[in-house]
Amino acid sequence: MKYLHLVVTGLTGLLLILGSLDMPATGDPQAPAARHVSPRYIEQSFEETAVPNMVTSVLADYRSFDTLGEVTVIFTGALAVLLILRTGRRDDEKEGL
Amino acid sequence: MLDFAIGNFNNVTYVILMMIGFYAMTGKTNLVKKLVGMNIFQWSIILFIVSLSAKRGATIPIVLGSHDHGETPVIDALQYVNPLPQVLMLTAIVVGLATTGVALALLLQIYKQYGTLEEDELLEKIQTSG
Amino acid sequence: MINGQQSVVVTRICRLVVPFAQIFGLYVIMHGHSSPGGGFQGGVILASSFMLLAVGDGIEEVRRRFSMLAVTVLTSAGVLIYAGIGVVCLLLGANYLDYGILPVPEPRSLGMLGIEIGVGTTVMAAIVSIFHDLVTFE
Repeated sequence: MKYLHLVVTGLTGLLLILGSLDMPATGDPQAPAARHVSPRYIEQSFEETAVPNMVTSVLADYRSFDTLGEVTVIFTGALAVLLILRTGRRDDEKEGL
Repeated sequence: MLDFAIGNFNNVTYVILMMIGFYAMTGKTNLVKKLVGMNIFQWSIILFIVSLSAKRGATIPIVLGSHDHGETPVIDALQYVNPLPQVLMLTAIVVGLATTGVALALLLQIYKQYGTLEEDELLEKIQTSG
Repeated sequence: MINGQQSVVVTRICRLVVPFAQIFGLYVIMHGHSSPGGGFQGGVILASSFMLLAVGDGIEEVRRRFSMLAVTVLTSAGVLIYAGIGVVCLLLGANYLDYGILPVPEPRSLGMLGIEIGVGTTVMAAIVSIFHDLVTFE
């Protein structure tokens, strides 16, 4: 079938829109994403860490293990590109590393 | 009915963006177009999750009045936007950068070895040479 | 054209903008505590200043000023700073990456500044390394 891709894409889109009709309205202060753990972070982050920016305090203090894994991912990405693209066959010019 | 439509129409927008990326990943035969489709798909999901942190009438999550020396300001949770989904998506953005970099390096080596970036020509060359 | 000759207007404008972009990148890293920003954002701005120099003057000019040996060492140094602060907290008696035990005033805030510097260094060097490898292949 020539148009199989379009049919599958349209069907998936319709199912996703049907599933998203149950979500709470955007910007609702009583949505479940803003009620259980989030007020505790907002209210107590300044007196515990003395840093006004709540995003930085969650990223670098409460969740610093995830940021350590993140830095490892970017380091591994640079290492992988180095291993794929530098084959070391240049013998006519001196290359720094 | 109208406020239901206003409150939920941006979910439909993110699904449309997601489906554009999905169609580019599966329906095109050029490898670079598939890579661009993967990028669009990933960014639509990041935008969708960041939009879950919105709150009506709230300001950015940086504590106001924190530089008056000696007094801790009164912090109300309804005054600031939810910071948690934004923090998790920072990690996702950087992972997307690393994935795109490695994919572009692989595409460069494939082009050097086989001379083409079309999927059906690549399959023929792999089957006749290996 | 990164490997060929560039027009005069592009070269002059790129040389003019690069120092301001670097100062802005350092500002975003250091002021991540009280304005939007932090390690990742400032690292990307610093790396994009080097990419602007490559667009204006060629990749050989960037290699002359910032050798690839230094880029590779900086990539590892950033991860070392991050994990090193965690090990220092471990040696002083608390858990790994538990900043409350450091002997400085406001320990949690300064511990966060230290790891943001490490994150910014690694992100800047990784992006410059990926860009250089993609441009100078064959």
